[in-house]
Amino acid sequence: MFFHWLEKNPFFFAAGISIVISFAGLLEIVPNFAEAARPLVDLKPRTVLQLAGKNVYKKDNCISCHSQMIRPFKSETDRYGAYSLSGEYVYDRPFLWGSKRTGPDLHRVGNYRTTDWHENHMWDPPAIVPGSIMPAYKHQFTNLADIETAYAEAVTVKNAFNTPYGPEFKGTRAAWEAHKPKVLEEAKRIADDMKNKDIKEAVARGEVPEVVALIAYLNSLK
Amino acid sequence: MQANAALEYDYSLAKKFTFLTILFGFLGMLVGTIIAAQMAFPELNYLLGEYGTFSRLRPIHTNTVVFGFTVSAIFATWFYVGQRVLKVSMAESRFLMVIGNIQFWLYFIGALLATISLLFGISSSKEYAQYEWPFDIVVVIVWVLWGFNIMGLIGIRREKALYISVWYYLACFLGISMLYLFNNMAIPTYFATEGLGNIFHSVSMYSGTNDALVQWWYGHNAVAFGFTVPIVAMIYYFLPKESGQAIYSYKLSLLSFWGLMFVYLWAGSHHLLWSTVPDWMQTMGSAFSIVLILPSWGSAINMLLTMKGEWNQVTENPLIKFMVLASTFYMLSTIEGPIQAIKSVNAIAHFTDWIPGHVHDGVLGWVVFMVMASIFHMAPRMFKREIYSRKLMEVQFWLQTTAVVLYFTSMWIAGITQGMMWRAVDEYGNLMYSFIDTVTVLHPYYTIRALSGVMYLTGFLMFAYNIYKTMTAGRELSEEPQFRTPMA
Repeated sequence: MFFHWLEKNPFFFAAGISIVISFAGLLEIVPNFAEAARPLVDLKPRTVLQLAGKNVYKKDNCISCHSQMIRPFKSETDRYGAYSLSGEYVYDRPFLWGSKRTGPDLHRVGNYRTTDWHENHMWDPPAIVPGSIMPAYKHQFTNLADIETAYAEAVTVKNAFNTPYGPEFKGTRAAWEAHKPKVLEEAKRIADDMKNKDIKEAVARGEVPEVVALIAYLNSLK
Repeated sequence: MQANAALEYDYSLAKKFTFLTILFGFLGMLVGTIIAAQMAFPELNYLLGEYGTFSRLRPIHTNTVVFGFTVSAIFATWFYVGQRVLKVSMAESRFLMVIGNIQFWLYFIGALLATISLLFGISSSKEYAQYEWPFDIVVVIVWVLWGFNIMGLIGIRREKALYISVWYYLACFLGISMLYLFNNMAIPTYFATEGLGNIFHSVSMYSGTNDALVQWWYGHNAVAFGFTVPIVAMIYYFLPKESGQAIYSYKLSLLSFWGLMFVYLWAGSHHLLWSTVPDWMQTMGSAFSIVLILPSWGSAINMLLTMKGEWNQVTENPLIKFMVLASTFYMLSTIEGPIQAIKSVNAIAHFTDWIPGHVHDGVLGWVVFMVMASIFHMAPRMFKREIYSRKLMEVQFWLQTTAVVLYFTSMWIAGITQGMMWRAVDEYGNLMYSFIDTVTVLHPYYTIRALSGVMYLTGFLMFAYNIYKTMTAGRELSEEPQFRTPMA
């Protein structure tokens, strides 16, 4: 019998397993790749400051409790805004849809929350939303965001995946030093809307606290 | 060596990985209990400053139980079962022993460093694949070394036909290799530029919807090939060995094995129902999830029928009780999953606590119970001593069983409550509850869940203590027990 023979021939057995388990990936995942990689018209990749904020979002693993995926139900569009489209995520590496909503969805949080709101909320969530079980993220007010890494990320995705960043994005230190003032300028616009004196001073010194980058990212979620 | 002479098996690697299983099991469950308590009592987020928040600790919990506890248990049982079903001792090959020891130390050090990296927030933020690229490379090397060991031992085997457990270990090796490699494809930004920024940072090769598809093809099947396949390998070996009963049906084993291999991979997209993944893939994910009941229940039924005519053993031998309960939870979990994968049910269940509830009746009831039963069976044979205390084992069994029931019932209620409240509308069609209402209402269930965590962790400590005492103070055995594990 075929199976008795197979069980005495480990090479063919292993080959058999490999073939059988590969089917699904080939038929289900691969065909979608080209299609799902098309951006919405006018979709822009995130700025370096926003990317740095996304990396703060990853570092503190906000994905543990927040989704970025509005499903096509009236109860969700009423609560969070228009349902999510595939073309909106094309520049997201990795995707940050999440799988659990211990807190609300954030895919369009930039439409209905402000810099000021986030500043107070990240400092002490239950003070803004009574009953909230979200921890305070005070360390984001003192830790500095890694804007250089964010710049390296922008250059990498531009070179590897043709993400439309401008010609000035090059992987050299000189190019980064030339771009840095733009990042600080954007950070200053965020800090102008904040109250915390230490944050304002840090940004004036040319530093970007994590919370500033994070707010830039959250504001870009629309 | 004469064909019928008894082999002297070498258990040194099985012992080492058994210690790691217990160590990582304790750490993973401890962190799990802490984060469960944080959801009920948020003040507990501030014990360790920035390193103690729920969000930082959660990946440590998941990765320590997956890549620490479960993978150690897979290695531990392989280095025990592999030799015995292939009728060849590890001691016969110096090469395999050396490879095995390198695998052990690399794995131990790698797992510790990777855990620390997560504590510092060095994370790719892809669920169950958070390790950044340097740690991914360590994982791959460890896995390949294990592959060498499997293939090597098969290469020098005396028993020509591969026993069912070996099929599953092989599948575990091949499946995880494929999934882990493809999902973790990333470009380190430091090397893609002139050394700009953080050396650990990388960007995923896939973006948006594509990334989601690959991630959940991985995430779902890491469960398949980490939490199902190798655990089935364990029960196919340890249940017949412990009970003295032959496997009920060879044909059912065949059907379940090849069925599981083919069907499982398709079901990953049920994690992405109602998302921006194309509709046909969502439907495929749903449909194949339902089909998946067949091979899953096939194995479980095969196990339960193996006990046919010998059910008295459940009352006489606590180890049989552990294994029968494990198969039963496997059945519960593999009917619950397909129910959640039905699109209309998923609309309520997704994003709620019903999902962690489902995961935990599977892992706490099936995986951990089966792993503990395996170690209880192996210990007297590895250490040549009787199990230290049967009474402790009984107490542990009931404590942990109660804990699992409390866990999933509280999370079922919490999940369905929250899912229904999110969509509830008043007579004018306006949403009835603000989001925070749907959080505060869960407090009692979160408290019950935290309590169940404390109970389960206590049971696990009893298990660890029992094994420790077995090693050091159990009555010595003059010869290896044949079937039923001796216990005081």
